[in-house]
Amino acid sequence: MTKIQTQFNRRSFIKISAAAGGGMLIGFNWLAGCTPGTKPEEMVAVPNEWFDINGYIKIGDTGMVTLYSPNPEIGQNVMTSMPMIVAEELDVDWKNVVVEQAPLNTGLYQNQFAGGSLSIRLSWNALRMAGATGRRMLLEAAAKEWNLQVSDLTASQGVIKEKNGERSITYGEIAGKAVGIEVPEEVDLKDPKDFKLIGTSIKNVEGKKIVTGKPLFGIDYQREGMQLAMIEHPPAFGMKVKSFNEEEIKNMAGVNDAFIIDTTIKEPTWSDVNAFPQLIAIVGDSTWQLMQAKKALKADWEVVGELESSETHAKRLDKALINGEVEEARNDGNVAVAFKKAAKVIERTYSSPFMAHNTMEPMNFFANVTADSAELVGPTQTPEALEGSVAKLLNMPLEKVTVNMTRIGGGFGRRLYVHFGLEAAAISRKIGGPVKLLYTREDDMSQGTYRPIYRSTYKAGLDENNNLVAFSVKGAGLPGGPVFPNRFPAGAVENYSAEKIKAATNISTGAWRAPRSHFTAGAEQAFLDEVAELAGKDPIDFRLELFDRAIKDPVGEKYEYEADRYAGVLKLVKEKSNWGEKKPGVFRGVAAYFCHFSYVAEVIDMVMENGQPVVQKVWCAADCGIVVNPDAAKNMIQGGVVDGIGHAMYSQLTFENGAPDQLNFDSYQLMRHSQAPKEIEVFFVENEIAPTGLGEPGLPPASGALANALYKATGKRHYHQPFTSNQPIVG
Amino acid sequence: MATFNLNINGQKHQVDVDPSTPTLWVLRDHLNLLGTKFGCGIAQCGACTIHLDGVAIRSCMTPISVVEDGAITTIEGLSKDGDHPVQKAWLEHDVPQCGYCQAGQMMSAAALLKNTPNPSDTDIDDAMSGNICRCGTYVRIKQAIKTASKL
Repeated sequence: MTKIQTQFNRRSFIKISAAAGGGMLIGFNWLAGCTPGTKPEEMVAVPNEWFDINGYIKIGDTGMVTLYSPNPEIGQNVMTSMPMIVAEELDVDWKNVVVEQAPLNTGLYQNQFAGGSLSIRLSWNALRMAGATGRRMLLEAAAKEWNLQVSDLTASQGVIKEKNGERSITYGEIAGKAVGIEVPEEVDLKDPKDFKLIGTSIKNVEGKKIVTGKPLFGIDYQREGMQLAMIEHPPAFGMKVKSFNEEEIKNMAGVNDAFIIDTTIKEPTWSDVNAFPQLIAIVGDSTWQLMQAKKALKADWEVVGELESSETHAKRLDKALINGEVEEARNDGNVAVAFKKAAKVIERTYSSPFMAHNTMEPMNFFANVTADSAELVGPTQTPEALEGSVAKLLNMPLEKVTVNMTRIGGGFGRRLYVHFGLEAAAISRKIGGPVKLLYTREDDMSQGTYRPIYRSTYKAGLDENNNLVAFSVKGAGLPGGPVFPNRFPAGAVENYSAEKIKAATNISTGAWRAPRSHFTAGAEQAFLDEVAELAGKDPIDFRLELFDRAIKDPVGEKYEYEADRYAGVLKLVKEKSNWGEKKPGVFRGVAAYFCHFSYVAEVIDMVMENGQPVVQKVWCAADCGIVVNPDAAKNMIQGGVVDGIGHAMYSQLTFENGAPDQLNFDSYQLMRHSQAPKEIEVFFVENEIAPTGLGEPGLPPASGALANALYKATGKRHYHQPFTSNQPIVG
Repeated sequence: MATFNLNINGQKHQVDVDPSTPTLWVLRDHLNLLGTKFGCGIAQCGACTIHLDGVAIRSCMTPISVVEDGAITTIEGLSKDGDHPVQKAWLEHDVPQCGYCQAGQMMSAAALLKNTPNPSDTDIDDAMSGNICRCGTYVRIKQAIKTASKL
């Protein structure tokens, strides 16, 4: 058992306990919650009274338990896995658990955001502590009731029992008396070996609602008296709205108002990225009429900056790689000398275009701004950042702004940025009533916040015994470079240099699932495949040799990864895929990568069908510490693989006169059913390390394994994404 | 504006809208049937898939004037209690990640299974390639369709 101090979160526990007083009735519509796939008749009865134990737990008098999921649900399944962790330590029967999305409440919860694959990693202790604290308070209440010590009792599956006696009481029966109990200073956490729920596959708590089409998403949100709104932003980066045919638009059927909004705020933070703070807003009663009004817009757009093209971007990257500004670098040994002495030297350049996030649910948000309050509801990965920015925009104290989260139809980093929430607030303020803003797909795809464009040059030197003695990488991006100087193979090569280089653009960019890693993993792992071939070595053995060096005799002061865990996933994927086994007509590529504190290795089996490469099977081995919900975790890795292969193969945004050429899915290609891998098998390394990231790490190795399998299948190396064209972007 | 008498999920509805209004927006804005989703507006992503007389169509590009008195089925009407084989199979395989595209995926799958009770991989690819899943649940969707075909 692990002792854990509760002070970390004690303030919030006390706050809620005090507020709850002596067991107050909490208004609660249980239908708003989510049952974990349990049929209502198999659950305990709906309670008459609910008791707030702490910010995460509410227990009903029948034993039904409500657990609040603090973080935004973007499809990473935290709405199931976060409450699972609380339920484990509280020790309740999952079939009696109802899950509800918590509101943004910085007093009760920490780190209420979905980004960086951090939800579980950052909240692991807080969630366990919430459950364990609840359990302890229930035990203390029972002990007091029976005039016993807590040590005389056991608690399991929602029932407290006397160790040396016959008495037992359910959590539901004792919950009312637990409310007044002082929050313990210290609680016991379970030994991971005793986990009953964590490590079992629990179905998505919103599964039934999703498959029956319940209105869960921001786009579905409604309020009495709510109007609808759409926006029009300038058609190109470097343009600003000057005026538009306001009167004509206002006179159109179904249009209630039309105006220009400005969402510029003082002291913007990283989540305020937005190329178009001034926008045309149109307000009306029906979406189709607003779409017609958008088509009838005649706007005067002012050119206020350079209108960049893909050709501009290609030239800037070329120049940046020669003499660009280095943001971050590492140097071990002397690469220049080592390359001169090397028996063999190989140099290759890799590139990847701008990409859009393209969440399936287009940007939208609900806002209701009054003279002294602002209420925001919708899909955001960063509710706290949105709250702060809205407060700045409206010049309103933070406590007057509330943000509630709906289920989110995809994030991938797009909804880390809060401009659409601000736009809804600005529109609501102008019209003086509740409004729901919705983007069209074209608005969404041309708005920016894109994955940056990247280009990296890799160089390796082998000695006469085919040992890797020199390695260098220079990577540039608009606006920031993709290189992680202290990641592999840093620490594993005697002479090593890495440079992360930046260059300017006015195309707005942002974090996109596994930022920088998604490109760097593919480039580096494809390059290492070619280096291994030059060395005449098996690609997995070649990498394992390097990890061996990093473990036994590391180069330089530090490196970011744990070499044994990195090697571990490669060994696991080697074993599971029967690497080395020759299968006629099956072409294999391998890659491994570390990011978000997790390790993933992937092997792709490719076949040629009608002259076209087809991914037949993908084998994945992942080490992300303790796996909370294995089947859902597999789903995450599978999605990452599809995402990685799909974007590397098909997706790109090109530019002309400051505007993207691709505005919708007729020209911007995303992977489709017929192009998807036929099978993706996922294996996890079993250990008791606290959980690390999982939403992102499955993606980066996929493009490397893909490039390496494509080489085996076609005899051709693929250096430039999208691989379907394999040409550097020149516009 | 014109009046349309619609037959949706076995119920009669009357709406007064511009005849060019896509069925998607009639469902969402006028009839409060929010399960059918907006994804692209140009029939390229399949999020808005519904059935018109049993055939899977993209409601974002189907003007309401075309529908007339045809029988429309949306995800809300696919089954009474959420127990259509496709819905059961989707839950069994725990398919959804974000879940946004899944109503459209299931409507396409249900239409496929109606005409092709035992679809091959190629049948599934042909019927489903108009439905994008940005989260990448394609492998599970294919497994779920095969499971549904046996239910």
